[in-house]
Parts: sequence; structure tokens; C-alpha cells
Amino acid sequence: MHNQSISELGQALRDKKISSVELTQYFLDRIKRHASLNSFITVTEELALQQAQAADQLLASGQARALTGIPLAQKDIFCMNGVKTTCGSKMLDNFIAPYDATVIKQFNAAGAVTLGKLNMDEFAMGSSNETSFYGAVQNPWNTDTVPGGSSGGSAAAVAARLTPAASGTDTGGSIRQPAALCGITGLKPTYGRISRYGMIAYASSLDQGGPMARSAEDAALLLQVMAGFDEKDSTSADQPVPDYLAELNKPLQGLKIGLPQEFFTADLDSDIAAAVETAVAEYKKLGAEVKDVSLPNLKLAIPAYYVIASAECSANLSRFDGVRFGYRCDNPEDLTDLYTRSRGEAFGQEVKRRILMGTYALSAGYYDAYYLKAQKVRRLISNDFKQALSEVDVIMGPVSPSTAFAIGEKSGDPIQMYLSDIYTVAVNLAGLPGMSIPAGLVDNKPVGLHIIGDYFAEARLLNIAHQYQHVTDWHTQCPPGFE
Amino acid sequence: MALSADEVNKIAHLARLGIDEQDIEHYASDLNNILDLMTQMGELNTDDVQPMAHPLDQVQRLREDAVKEEDQRDHFQKIAPQTENGLYLVPKVID
Amino acid sequence: MAWETVIGLEIHAQLATKSKIFSAASTAYGAEANTQACEVDLGLPGVLPVLNQHAVRMAVKFGLAIDAEIAPYSIFARKNYFYPDLPKGYQISQFELPIVGIGHLDIDVDGESKRIGVTRAHLEEDAGKSLHEDFHGLTGIDLNRAGTPLLEIVSEPDMRSAKEAVAYMRKLHELVRYLGVCDGNMQEGSFRCDANVSVRPAGQTEFGTRAEIKNINSFKFVEKAINFEVERQIDVLESGGKVVQETRLYDANKDETRSMRSKEEANDYRYFPDPDLLPVHISDELKVEMQSEMPELPDAKKQRFMTQYDQDAESASILTSSRALADYYEAVVEQSGSEARLCSNWVSGDLLGALNKAGLDIEQSPVSAERLSGLLKRISDNTISGKIAKQVFDELWNSEASADDIIDAKGLKQITDSGAIEAIIDSIIANNPAQVEQYLGGKDKVFGFFVGQVMKETQGKANPGEVNKMLKEKLKR
Repeated sequence: MHNQSISELGQALRDKKISSVELTQYFLDRIKRHASLNSFITVTEELALQQAQAADQLLASGQARALTGIPLAQKDIFCMNGVKTTCGSKMLDNFIAPYDATVIKQFNAAGAVTLGKLNMDEFAMGSSNETSFYGAVQNPWNTDTVPGGSSGGSAAAVAARLTPAASGTDTGGSIRQPAALCGITGLKPTYGRISRYGMIAYASSLDQGGPMARSAEDAALLLQVMAGFDEKDSTSADQPVPDYLAELNKPLQGLKIGLPQEFFTADLDSDIAAAVETAVAEYKKLGAEVKDVSLPNLKLAIPAYYVIASAECSANLSRFDGVRFGYRCDNPEDLTDLYTRSRGEAFGQEVKRRILMGTYALSAGYYDAYYLKAQKVRRLISNDFKQALSEVDVIMGPVSPSTAFAIGEKSGDPIQMYLSDIYTVAVNLAGLPGMSIPAGLVDNKPVGLHIIGDYFAEARLLNIAHQYQHVTDWHTQCPPGFE
Repeated sequence: MALSADEVNKIAHLARLGIDEQDIEHYASDLNNILDLMTQMGELNTDDVQPMAHPLDQVQRLREDAVKEEDQRDHFQKIAPQTENGLYLVPKVID
Repeated sequence: MAWETVIGLEIHAQLATKSKIFSAASTAYGAEANTQACEVDLGLPGVLPVLNQHAVRMAVKFGLAIDAEIAPYSIFARKNYFYPDLPKGYQISQFELPIVGIGHLDIDVDGESKRIGVTRAHLEEDAGKSLHEDFHGLTGIDLNRAGTPLLEIVSEPDMRSAKEAVAYMRKLHELVRYLGVCDGNMQEGSFRCDANVSVRPAGQTEFGTRAEIKNINSFKFVEKAINFEVERQIDVLESGGKVVQETRLYDANKDETRSMRSKEEANDYRYFPDPDLLPVHISDELKVEMQSEMPELPDAKKQRFMTQYDQDAESASILTSSRALADYYEAVVEQSGSEARLCSNWVSGDLLGALNKAGLDIEQSPVSAERLSGLLKRISDNTISGKIAKQVFDELWNSEASADDIIDAKGLKQITDSGAIEAIIDSIIANNPAQVEQYLGGKDKVFGFFVGQVMKETQGKANPGEVNKMLKEKLKR
């Protein structure tokens, strides 16, 4: 059952072959059985069963929609009224969110069931899920390795079939990189496509929620519910939401794929390069044309990204001050002591590093050299993509320079960790949509294919991914031990 | 232009971030490595480039001036560390 | 040594919106603590700001009224600092590219007109309040005010005395109320002032080191605070010291300014564009629309009152000091059909006097323009004398009745029957032969005695002009 797609599960529910309560219980049991993966921070068993009961009533009355009664899990970055929402931090270990994020409201309105809240890097800052206050998550393909991050819990849970699909968020690759490392399908939509309201902010001009699923078709079903204009988010795009399923079966004849030379350098693992080339060859068979394109400023994407993300996070995280919610230190002597100890005791090392970095980059005398410069570099990188996408329909390449690395391998070296985001961060700087789909295994570890499209071209990306998944079976591969 | 431990302390104070004295050097070294990476941007001439603050070229949408929120004080203060008579309490503020 | 004072003011005017600048919570004053602080105002994790349209329109209207440049695109920025009344740890304000650019305001001091430059005016959110009453040695935080829209209006350092500063502040206060963008209520903190004060030797072109006096909430205190601060700085300089650039607080009880300990450390606000908000676009259409909604402004109204109602500058200033008062006056002129001068005497004299005494604004006047007009009609048509009118006015103030009802009920109508007055005069002349002697003997002053007697006898209801005429006639004989 856990290998069925969301469409299949939905059909089974509507055909009364199974109830949502049974389906929900089935996944709750699976989550318990595989608790050692540490992919969940909170399992909302009671709530899930209540929601499943309500869904069964809807199903019985024939009012069911695509996601009605389907169990899902949410990255623990989305506020859920009455449910602990930690963002992977000790700071919010006691935080019962008093309101629903817009994305959560939309899932609730669609009748979806929430199994629980998924582990993540603390405040979404990390590429390995090792910065979580709740501990590292294991990659189901190899439990000694990381699942990637920051949506590592989401990727691991979907790959291990603990949930049919999950939400994630992507600020610099946090959906695509763990999707690649765990062998699932992840989509980071265009900036503004999905409301950020209630999604705890890391870097506001880069953050974007998105679906993580086992196939492009399942991802399309989730995106259909998550996408849309939100009057509570000033940066939300007032653009109509297309029917994402309708486009899935369009043939790819004449599709123009661009391969940026800057993606294929010596830093890229040769096995991954080979897997990407094989996938591109598959697209040629489907009628696509391939062309070289250039992203000349790509190498500056990492410094620009880390300046902008750090600067924005340094302000975004100031609200965690021990006054209105969250962690407060014991017996503060005075106000400064309250602030410095509450924040010092409850933020982890990586969060502190980025707050310090961002505070420095914004401080008097350094603003122009760092923040302003990074915004200018951002413009150039965005222009590079615009140029490339005027020549081709989509850009393809690797997601991550390596497959899943060992837990602990890079955690002592932030620079090494940052450099592994080279292929993903540029897409966030430009605000473009990007996907990772499974495209092979190297040493039994998944490799992702990166597909980057034009603004609001999510339907096209899903179509391209779906056509590939129609002729290949990488996306159906299950990690050993989770069949 | 390497950051000294002293400067890291100053930044930490600006950010109201308590850092153990023995960790300061470690942070200083990490930050200097990151700064080296960031300094690479200086190699690129960006004199005529417009800074980009947002990915999308849009202008601010304006909200109608209407009161739509109700009092949820009790709900919100359930998660507060310390309140009394509807007020959030903090150590004494000195003006 | 002669010293010159240099003053620049930063005025925070609370914009009169219903909801907050970035949330849909109410801005009403006086609610129970934290009952008007929604998830956005509290800065809960995940919340986002959406800009209030009305606040933007008000800022544009203000900008047009001071002849300022309106930025076609303006930007919101985060001003970062930690304070418990600032929930997000940053204030959303404007730094580069404020909505209102360079403009000006003309003030009158001692009959001289002076132009004061306005550097900029920007939109920002207010902070909450810290309550220092005793909570076991702790401070209580009320965030109802957090997120209230403010327009911060920054002047050039163009003022040279506390008097000029007060004149500028009053002028601005009058203007924002005319425009309807701020209720101007200073007790409630809707209109507050920070003053940047410095002194320099007369003739020197460079500015001296300034001190910023925070949060002064009355015209009187602005004058006192500046005067105290100027003297303090001169004392420091003359005794060989140096003025320190710092933030100071005016203590009205002690009438002094003192250094604010909490603001001691140099701030580094780390302004940067708020990524949660996009550039605000002000179209030419919006400017035209705001211009078309523009009321007649104080200066124009004053000029018009001088010509249309034959007022001198001082009287016109008083009558146009608020839009409500000017409207009241014009309603009285129209409804009473009386002479403009008579109306202005009554409005700026008796009515304003009574209002001041009672501590009321014109909007709260117990005597409406309609009821006052009823009174003035009866003066104009000689039904009552000016003296009786004051008696009627007191009744108007204390009751709901109309002037006509009061005149009828109390029998205050002037005696217009000359036969009756003649009879009274005759009897007074007959009963006071000694005084008649004196008057006829050349003591003109005694005439007043006769007038007084007649008025006493008629309870003031005789027309004084008529009485004078008749007495003169009778006493000739």
C-alpha cells in the first residue's frame, strides 16, 4: 500500500476499498516502526485520526477532492494551530503555534490528514539536517549518511514511505538537495507562488515552500493545493493557478534543454555527471533538443546567497527574544541578560554563525561591501538566467556535487557545507522554479536531476519530469529495508 | 581585515547573542573563512548594476483599511513565558 | 559671548486609520492591554506585514499639502534594535526613499513670516508601551500601540528659537488636523515631538553638537524643554566643557532634561530593505486624486477670511486655527445672516472664551453654530441688546433651548415702545431733582447716572441708543 501513488490511494478511498482512518493508521504504524530514522519531530496521531474520520465522512458523502483523506506530513516550519511547531530549534521546543500557516489552511480545506511535523535543520539553516535540535535524520538509503537539508525529515520520510508526500521549504536548495539525496521528487516553485504566511522565515526574499513526493504526478497534486495568491503575504504572486495535472501528458517534442557549462566542472563527481548525461540522453529520445548555455556569474552565487540569507535571517530571528513566546532563560538579571542568554542558550551553532555573519554584513561601514554588493551580484545572476532561458525552455544539470555524505563528515566545516549548495542557491537568488527528480543510483545512493524553468513554469517542469518518469523507473526505486 | 575576537564580541552584543568566551575564537575563525568566500564578490565590477531586493518585479499591494482582527489575548498569552494582568513581563526597563 | 540656537524637529503624527499599518487590528485608543495586538503585531513566528492603503494615501496628501516631492517608488526598511516594546526586534520604517521628500511650511513669529524646510516625511510603525508600575520589580509590556501607523515628519535645522519651534509645531498640528490625517490628540500621544537642539557662537556657520530631546508631548513642554536645553548647553560651553551628542529626556515635573541611560550606547540600526514588503508605487493618478480631495488649507483660508469677512490678520488666524472652528464661523455667518464682524466678535470672543474656560474644543461646544446664529439674529434685528445677549448666551451654554425660547421665557425682549420708556424717564427726572440740577449746571458725567437708572428700571431691556436720545431730549428742557 505504501508504494501506491496519491492518485491510486485517492481512488481506493473513493472506491471505499480502504478508509482514511485505516490508511492513516497504516502510516502511523509505519512511522513508529521506522522511528529510528528520526524524520519526525512530532507525530500528531490523535489529530490525524480525527482528520481521517472527518475525511471519511466527506468521502461517504461523495464530496471528496483529490487529497481528501490522504495522509501527509508537514515540515516543522509551518505553524499549525494547537500543534508544537519547533523549526528544529530548542528556541521553539515549547512553542504551540496559535495559528495556522496559509499552506496548512489549504491542506486542511482540501481534507488532507496531517500525520505529523517533520525534522529539519534548525530554522532551515543547513544542508544535512544535522543542525536540528532534535538530532540528525538518517537517509533511508544508507542510514550512516545524511538525507540532505534543510527539508531532510521530509525527504527521508517520503523516501522511506512513512508518508505518501510531504511539504518542504527551499531557501537555497532545501527541497531539491534532500530530494536528490533521498531519491524523491521535489519542486521549489517560483518565488511567490506559494504563500509564506505562517512559514517561519529564514531568508524572506528567498524562502519558498513546495511539495516533496515520490513522483511528479503526486507533486502536482500537492502543488495544486499549496499554490495561490494570499492576501496575507505581500510577496505572494497574484497569478492564476493552472491545472497542473492537465499538462502532465504533453509530449516533449521540440523541448529545448540548456546545459550550463558552469555546472559541469571538476567539482562535480564524475558519476553524477554521467547520471545527468544519461538522463539528458533520455530526453533526447523523447524529442528534446540540447544546447549549451552559460551562467557566467554562477560562482558568485554562493557568496551572494550567504550574505543575503544571513542578513535577512539576522533580522528575522530577532523576534526570538524570550518575551512573548519560545525559550526564556532562567532568572534573567536584566533585559540584556534576558536577551543574550535566551538567544545564546537556545540557538544552535549554525544559526548563531549566520546571525553573526548577517549582523556584521549589515553593520555600519560594511553594508555596501557585503549586502549591497550581494544584491548587485544577485541581479547579474538573475540576468544570466533570463538570458539562458531566452535561448532554451529549461536548464538541466546536477542538484548536488555529490551523493549523500556520511553523518558528521562535513558538520565541522561550514565552508565545505556551503559550497555543496552551488547548483541550487542561484535558482533562489533568481526566484525561478526548480525541481529535483531521481535519475540514477551511484553506489546505491540516489542522484537527482535538476530541472530549472522560467518564472511560473511549474506546469511545464512537472510535465517534463512526468514524461521522464513515464519512461524510467528511478522514481519507483525503494530504499532497501523499506519495501 | 580579519575579524578579531573583540569584534566578534561586539557583533554578538549587537545581535544580543550570548556566546561562551571559549567559543569566540572558534566563531571568529569560521566567520573569517566565510568572509574570505564573500570577498570574492569584490572581484566583479558592479558599478552600473541595480541592486535586486526581490526576485519578482512587482510593487506593494495595499490592504483596505478595515479592522478584521478580534481579541485573542488569552490564546496568544498561553504560550508566553511570563504575563500578568494581560501584560508581558520582562526585567525592569530603565529609560 | 552671544549664542545662536539651532533647532530641528522630528514630529511623529499618528495617522487616523481604523486598522494598523501592517495588520487588521484596531488602532482605537484606550483598550485593555494587549487586546488589540494580533499575531502580526506580536511578531509571532511566520507572520507577514501587508500595507494599509489609507496610511499611504494620508502620507501622500500630507506631502502634497507641504508642496513636497512624492516619491514614485518608496521603500520600507527594517531598523534593527532590541527593546521589549518592539516585538520583531526591528521597526518597519523608511530609510532610503521615504514616501515624502523635500517640502516646506511657513510660520509666523512676531508678525514675521519664515519658511521652515521639511527634509522628509516617512511612514513607520509605532512600538508598544512599557509600563513601569510595580510588577514585583518587573516591567509590563502592552503591545496595543505596536503597529499603529506613524508619519515621521523631519524638519531642516531651520529654527532659531524655542518660539519658532513652537510656531512650527503648532502650524504642523493645525495642518495635519485640517487634512484629517491625524487627530492631533497630544495627551494620547497622537502627535509627539523629538527636538534636536544645539547652540553655536553667533556668526559661526558650522552647527554645534546637538542633543536630541525625546518624546515631548505638549507645546508648552517643547518650549520649556528647548529653553532648558539651550541654557544647559551654553552653561556647559561657557564653563569650558563640551556638549555630548546624546539622547535626553524632558522631565516636566522638574522642568529639566536628562540623559537617557537606555540610549547610552551608540546604536547601529543596520537598516536594510524589508524583504517582506515590495516597493510602494505612487501613481500620478493617485496624486491627482489626493489633490482633488485636498481641503482649503490654513494659509489660503486665512487670506480668504481677511478679504471675504473683512477680518484683520490676527482675527483671521484665530478663526482659521482649526478647520472645525473655521467651519463653525462660516456656518454662523451664513445662518445668522448677520454682519461678519458681529459673528467674529461672538465666535472668537464669547464662545472661544467659554470653551477655553471649560477646556473644550470647538467640536465639543455645547452651543451649536445654529443656536449661536439664533442669538445673533436677535441682536441684528434689535430684539435684544448686546448686554442682554450675553445673558442669553449663558442660557444657551447651560441648556438645550433656542435663543428665541430663552428670550421669550425670560421676557428679555427690548422695550421698543417709546411711550413706556418716556414714562420711566419722566419719573426718574422727577424723582432726582438734585442730579438734574447738576447736569444742567454743566456736569455732563451725571448723564450716565440717568442712563443707568433707566436700564435698571427696564432690567436692561431698553434699547440703549433710544434711551440716550430720549434722555438728551428731556434733559434739555
